[in-house]
Amino acid sequence: MTSRVPFYFLIAILVIIGVTLSIMRHQDYGVPWAPSESRQVWDIEARIEFVASGGPAKVSLAVPHTQTGFTLVSDSASSSGYGLSYINTDTGRRAEWSIRHAKGAQTIYYKTQFLVDPQASVSIIPPAKKDLLIPTFSAPQQAAVDAIIAQAMERSADSITFSRELIKQLNDLDNQNASLMLNDFSKVDAISKLLASSNVYSKTVGVVELEDGRRRQSIIPMIEVWDGNVWKLFNPESNEQRVQSNVLIWDESNVSLLDVMGGKRSKVFYSMISQGITPMMASKRKVMADRLLNFSIHSLPLEEQAMFKTIMLIPIGALIVVFLRVLIGLKTSGTFMPVLIAVAFVQTQLLPGIIGFLLIVGTGLIIRGYLSKLNLLLVSRISAVIIAVILIISVFTIVSFNIGLTQGLTITFFPMIILSWTIERMSILWEEEGAKEVFMQGGGSLFTAVLIYLAMTNPYVQHVTFNFIGSQFIILAAILLLGNYTGYRLLELKRFKSLAES
Amino acid sequence: MFSVFSMFASPQKLHAKGVMGMNKRNGAYIARYNDRSKYPLVDDKLKTKIIAQAHGATVPKLIGVVAQQAQVKHIHEMVKHWPGFVIKPARGSGGKGILVIISHKNGIYIKPSGQVITEEGVERHIGNALAGLFSLGGKNDVAVVENLIKFDDVAFDGYSYDGVPDIRVIVFKGYPVMAMMRCSTAESDGKANLHQGAVGVGLDIATGRAVRAVQFDHPVTHHPDTGKALNGLVVPNWQNLLTLASSAWEMTGLGYVGADMVLDKEDGPMVLELNARPGLTIQIANGAGLLPRLQNVEALAIPTRYPCADERVAYATQQFAVKAQF
Repeated sequence: MTSRVPFYFLIAILVIIGVTLSIMRHQDYGVPWAPSESRQVWDIEARIEFVASGGPAKVSLAVPHTQTGFTLVSDSASSSGYGLSYINTDTGRRAEWSIRHAKGAQTIYYKTQFLVDPQASVSIIPPAKKDLLIPTFSAPQQAAVDAIIAQAMERSADSITFSRELIKQLNDLDNQNASLMLNDFSKVDAISKLLASSNVYSKTVGVVELEDGRRRQSIIPMIEVWDGNVWKLFNPESNEQRVQSNVLIWDESNVSLLDVMGGKRSKVFYSMISQGITPMMASKRKVMADRLLNFSIHSLPLEEQAMFKTIMLIPIGALIVVFLRVLIGLKTSGTFMPVLIAVAFVQTQLLPGIIGFLLIVGTGLIIRGYLSKLNLLLVSRISAVIIAVILIISVFTIVSFNIGLTQGLTITFFPMIILSWTIERMSILWEEEGAKEVFMQGGGSLFTAVLIYLAMTNPYVQHVTFNFIGSQFIILAAILLLGNYTGYRLLELKRFKSLAES
Repeated sequence: MFSVFSMFASPQKLHAKGVMGMNKRNGAYIARYNDRSKYPLVDDKLKTKIIAQAHGATVPKLIGVVAQQAQVKHIHEMVKHWPGFVIKPARGSGGKGILVIISHKNGIYIKPSGQVITEEGVERHIGNALAGLFSLGGKNDVAVVENLIKFDDVAFDGYSYDGVPDIRVIVFKGYPVMAMMRCSTAESDGKANLHQGAVGVGLDIATGRAVRAVQFDHPVTHHPDTGKALNGLVVPNWQNLLTLASSAWEMTGLGYVGADMVLDKEDGPMVLELNARPGLTIQIANGAGLLPRLQNVEALAIPTRYPCADERVAYATQQFAVKAQF
C-alpha cells in the first residue's frame, strides 16, 4: 500500500498557498474579506479598435471626469508604441494617442476608475451664448416643430418640464408630428433641435450604463438640459426623467466621442467591474500594481476580468457536485450537467430558469418519443433533437415576448447541445428503467443545479472567488480530500439499513 | 425529527458489520486492484468471450457479430437456424441493451415476456447498439449475437419468472468471496438486473444454498411471481461453478471482479460476462458485509506459487461458510 503522506502533504501545501495568497491580497491590496455594503468603486475600460492604413495615425477619445455622483480616482492607458497626451479643450478632456507608422488591426485600452460619491465636487461649465444655434427646417418640418413646441409649452412651466413634455411627445407612437420628425432625425437629434428652436440650452452626451461584469457595451446617447443652475440628464427613450444612479456620463464634449485619423472601421467598447474597496486603498493598490510585477487576474484587461468573474465560480459548482455525489450519493444525469444548467440559471434568474428547463426537457421528451418510432440512427436522432430544442427555445422566446414576459427572452442562455443529450439519455432511461428513474435523476440534476445556482449568486461567494485567487487552491484541496473519502454515503445508510438491523 | 433519523442506519453499525460503501469500493478496491489497462478485456464482451475460451472456460455459443450498419439486415439470415438467441452490445454497461429472443417465426420475434417484436424493431435495436447508445461514453460498438442458454429448469423451476437466472460471484484476487443468484421477476421484465426489480438471493459460498433474499433492497422470503419459497434453493454443480468463476483471476488479472455465471442444462456452468465494477447489493442479498472477507484474503501471505483455482475455492469454502438467515 502506497503511503498517503505525500498526498496529505500536497493538501497542506495547497491550503497554505491558498491562505497565504488570500492574506497577502487582503493586506497588500486592501481587499476586504466580505463584500462591503459600499462596494462602490467602478473600473471602466474603453477598448478602441480600428484598422490603421499604414501611415501616421492619431486617435482622440473624449474621456470622462468627475461628475454628479462619481469622483474620478485614476485613469491610465495601455497601447504599445503610441504616444499619449491628455488635452483639456473647452468642451472637456480628451485623450490623444499618436503614432508615426501603424498598419493593420490596432487595439488601445483606456482604463478609468470612479468612486461612487454622492458628495462629488462638480465644476459646472455653464453654456455659452454662442452654443445656441437655431436650426432651420423645411416647411412641413417647421409646421410639425411648431405644433410639438406649442403643445409642450402649454403643458410645462420651465426648461426641465418642457424637455420632459417634448420627450413624451416623441415617444408617443400615435403622434404624427413626432413621426414626421423621427423620419428625418434620430430621437436625440430631434430633441436637441427642438430644444434649440425654443432657446433652451442642451447638449448631447454619451453615457455608459454601469452593470457589474458587463462586456462589450456601447455608448448610449442622451440629452443634458440646462435649467439655469445645473445640467439635467434626460433619457430620450424614457418618459420619466429620473437620475439613474448607474449612469456614468462618458462623453460631455457634444463634439465627438472618438476621432481616428489614419485609420478606418474604428469602434469603441466598454467593459466594467465594480469592486469593494475604499478610495484610499484603491490608490494604494494602484501604487502597488505599478511597482510589482502584477501576475494576478486583476492585471488583465477588464473585458477578460469580467469573463473570469463567471469562470472563477465554476470550481464552487464542481465542489458541490463532488460533495453531493461522494458524501450524499445523489444521482444526476450527466456528472457536470448541473453546473452548466446553474450557469444558465445565473443568466435567466431562478424561477424563469427552472420553468424554461422543465419546458424544454418536457417538450423535448415528447418530440424524442416520436423520433424513436422512426427507426433513425443515433447521431441523426440526436441532431434532430438539437434542432427541436432550438425550435422549442425560439417558440418560447417569441411567445413570451409577445405576451410581454421579458424573462422568456433569457431562455436562450441554456446550453443546447447539453440539453439535447440530456433529453436523449432521459428518454432511453424512460424506456429501459421507467419513469421513476427519470424523475429521480432529473430531480437530482435540477436540485443540484439549484444548489449550485444559490452558491454562485451568493455575494459572499462571488466576492471571495473573484478577489481571492487563493480560494481556488483551497477549493482544489477540498475536492482532493473528498476524493480520498472512503466512508459511507448518506443514501447508502438508507440503502443498507436492513443489513444493520439483521 | 426522530422519524427522519430512523430512515438511516448508523454508520457505526454498518461499519461493525463490515458493509462496504461505494466510495470504499471505488477507492480502496477497484482503484487499487484493478489495473486500468485490463478494463478493455471485461468491458468488451467479445474480448471476454475470447479470453475465457482460451482459458478453457465454457461460454455461450457465438452465433455471429454485427459490426456495421450495413450488416444489420443480415441478422435475420444469421439467426435462421437458431431457435432462441440473445443480442448484446459488446461494450454495454449495466445490462443495458440486451435483447433476449426466445423464439421467432416468419419475421415475428418473441421476447421472454411474450411480447412480440418486429424485424424492424430488432434492426433498430442493433442500430442503436452499433451507434453506441448503450456503451459507456457513447462510443461506437458492435452487437454480439449468441445462443440462448437453456438454463437448468429442473434445479431452478419456480425461482425465476420469464428469464434466465444468473449467478454473480465476487472474485477477489482469485478467491470467491461472495455469491448471489439473480432471479428475474415480472417487474424486471425477464432481466436479471436487481435495480429493475429482480430478486437477489444470497448464496452460501460453501454449499451454494440460499442464505437470504432481497428485492429492491428489502428482504423477501418467496418469489413475488411464482410464490416459491426461496430458502429451498440450492445451486447444483456448485464447486465447478466456483472454480470456473475463480479462474477469472487468471483470465483477466483483475483483482476485484464480478463474474456472472449461468448453469446450462447441457453444458454446465458458463461464464456469461465479467464486470470490473460489480455492485454492492450482493451484501444486502447475503445479509453480510464484504469487508471482513476481503480483508481475510488481503491478509493472506503470498506464497511463491500462487494457489490454483481449486485450492482457492477450497480455502473460500472453508473460510466463508455461513448459515441461512431465513
